Amino acid sequence: MSLPDEKTQVKQLEFVTLVAGGQSFCIEITQIREIRRWTPVTILPHSPAHVLGVINLRGAVIPIIDLAAKLGFERITPTERHVIIITAIEDRIVGLLVESVSEILGVKSDMVRETPRCPEDASTRAILGVIAVGDDMIKVINLTSLMPSSEPVAA
Amino acid sequence: MAHDPSILDTFFEECEDLIVALTEGLVDMREGRADDETVNAVFRAVHSIKGAAGAFALDDLVGFAHKFETVLDEVRSHRLEIEERLLRTLQRAGDILANLVDDARDQTPANRELVDPVLAELQSFLGSEQDSPAEDFVFEAMTLDFSGSSDAPTTYELQFTPGREFYTCGHDPLLLITALQEIGPIEVTVDTTKLPNTFTDFHWDDGYLKWTVKVSGPATDLPMREVFQFVDDLCDLKIMTLDDTGAQIDPTDQAIDHIIEALQEPSITVPVPAMEAAQKEESADRPIKKVATTLRVDPERVDRLINAVGELIINQSVISQRLQEADLPNSAELFSDLDDYKLLAREIQEGVMAIRAQPVKPLFQRMLRIAREAADAVAKDIAIITEGESTEVDKTVVERLADPLTHMIRNAIDHGIETPEARIATGKPRQGTLRLSASQRSGSIVIEIADDGAGLNRPRIRELAIKKGLIPDDAALSDQEIDHLLFAPGFSTAAEVTNLSGRGVGMDVVKTAITALGGRIAINTVPERGTTFSITLPLTLAVMDGMIINVSGQTMVVPIASILETIRPSQADLSKIGLKGELLRIRGEYVPIIDLADKLGHQTDGRPMTERVLLLIQTESIAQCALAVDDIFDQRQVVVKSMQSNYGEIVGVSGATILGDGKIALIIDPDAIASDTGTLTHVPPKTDGGRSYVAA
Repeated sequence: MSLPDEKTQVKQLEFVTLVAGGQSFCIEITQIREIRRWTPVTILPHSPAHVLGVINLRGAVIPIIDLAAKLGFERITPTERHVIIITAIEDRIVGLLVESVSEILGVKSDMVRETPRCPEDASTRAILGVIAVGDDMIKVINLTSLMPSSEPVAA
Repeated sequence: MAHDPSILDTFFEECEDLIVALTEGLVDMREGRADDETVNAVFRAVHSIKGAAGAFALDDLVGFAHKFETVLDEVRSHRLEIEERLLRTLQRAGDILANLVDDARDQTPANRELVDPVLAELQSFLGSEQDSPAEDFVFEAMTLDFSGSSDAPTTYELQFTPGREFYTCGHDPLLLITALQEIGPIEVTVDTTKLPNTFTDFHWDDGYLKWTVKVSGPATDLPMREVFQFVDDLCDLKIMTLDDTGAQIDPTDQAIDHIIEALQEPSITVPVPAMEAAQKEESADRPIKKVATTLRVDPERVDRLINAVGELIINQSVISQRLQEADLPNSAELFSDLDDYKLLAREIQEGVMAIRAQPVKPLFQRMLRIAREAADAVAKDIAIITEGESTEVDKTVVERLADPLTHMIRNAIDHGIETPEARIATGKPRQGTLRLSASQRSGSIVIEIADDGAGLNRPRIRELAIKKGLIPDDAALSDQEIDHLLFAPGFSTAAEVTNLSGRGVGMDVVKTAITALGGRIAINTVPERGTTFSITLPLTLAVMDGMIINVSGQTMVVPIASILETIRPSQADLSKIGLKGELLRIRGEYVPIIDLADKLGHQTDGRPMTERVLLLIQTESIAQCALAVDDIFDQRQVVVKSMQSNYGEIVGVSGATILGDGKIALIIDPDAIASDTGTLTHVPPKTDGGRSYVAA
């Protein structure tokens, strides 16, 4: 398996693993801006259940999404010990509330496998692939599918 | 020819100024206030545009400007009598010239259908003696002229003494001389007698040199005048014809080289070592001279400054909140220092905003053009009046107002003002009037478009709205509500589509654009007397005065501008209507109460109205209504932050701000809250294109 042309195709990837709704997920580290402790949010009127509200991140207004609720699990009741992962994708910044953040996982890109076929629901739709780590299976989250969709307006 | 785009930008910026001058001059001429100087000013403006456009090879513009200029030259030399038809043509020519400049900037082809008739009209004043088709593209024609006439060379002597202004504007005699060299062989001498003898008397930017240039070759003095056209009023220029035998001064070919060398020698023209000293001396001894009246700044720099000032204001409220929590004795000097800080922050903020402020004049002049074109297109005789042109509005507002105003003006001319026959039949003067005015009223800008037409046809509007399914057949609407149907999406009436106003944009787009600017629009119509649309806009977009309120534990902000008064109602002021509805009686009027918490979908704690505070607000859709909130905390300046880029739009919320404690407070959009009597519809985060109209 050490053919030179294969080696160039395999990239080293890093993921941050986290727990939401009791299950393990991970997000590619390049999409993460920072990780911060839960702070109370400003509630938005008429927002869907998974949108908790907005927080002030150094002068910017950032929406916070309950990742567990978004994936179809029970809503997280946020406490001091919960964590917000600030993610950036396509110029948009969104915070994800998760139960905990575990570690940074370095894997080769060929270790990310396709999602096994299974009945579709909110959580499987948001998964790009899976990584097997020891006995555990960690799911890679597709951040784009989580973003509240609306194109940024050119100011 | 490739040009530095920034030079082209500068050209268009200058064109704008020139067109303003041109338009002003033409208005003065039309109103009989003109003297020779006005005509000259108009001529110069057209000439400058032509000259610069020639440098950029903008042929359409050059051709038209040339014809225009030729007619103006006839007027200037009193060969053409100023009469109504001429004035009308000149005015239209001014409009076309401005259009052509716009076309050149946007790189769109000129609209020949508009240009050609005016061109023909201009031609009709020139008569036959100058009638040659080549005149349209006179630049080529002139070039032919010089070469064709070279068999009979004449020598001209040019004497010019550049003044101080000449140098401070950044001109260089060397460039002019080199340009003259291109016309024909030249001889240059310089008179240095005026140069001061000591360095201390030397001012680096003063003009001491007198140049004499002999040019042989050209048949006319025109090409030389063109060389000097940009510095005409900055230096003293004399052009004389010499006999062939008249050449006397140092006829060697090297003369020019000597001069160029001399010019490049720093000790003569640019006394570099003396510069600093001279500058110092100038600032110390002389009153500061007014050189440039305006300063061109990259808007991005201003925006950076505005953002920084926004943060400063947030920071100021953080500090004042911290101080209040610190439990200091009230007498502490810190508090008065803090007040000073607040005042200063506000002053800086206002100052920075003033940088962005621009007079509405260019916008109004553009509207005048559009109005005249529209009036011509529908063959109505309309006097267009503008007022308050010097009112200043934020640059963004000026830019984004152009489209809504265009639409409203076209509407007013097309539908508002009647045909001359209809006007005479109803006993009105034949000429209709369209008034465009701007004024500042306590923290907002009011722009009004008033026509003296027939007024809105309410029965017809109602009928159309029913036909289009916008309102039920039996809807009982007040006159005001009927008027506002004009702004309903989908109202734009197919029956009324003409090629003037039926451009597929309805008044709802106008309203959306105004709302996006944080403004409101109101209609006031009197049958047979006319209609007035008033647009009320905030002075600035980034900062506003807000009332800080509490709604079920959430801190929110309501724009002060929309609050008429705050009321703590007594039981006697309240009355029930239906199952849930409540009304507030105030000065004999009943106004509906809207529970803000309920409206926003928050839990209400069931507090009776008498323990709450009512904000009496004025909106466009409902004359007045009262918003029930739990508490009022404060009234302060808040920095508006957009939520749209990261989250999307929420109906009823216009934005967010950051409070002193670092928390976010949502800014309520009272108009949206009041206009929707049911529960609010929100733009769900999982749908696309829900906000595409915002960008329109």
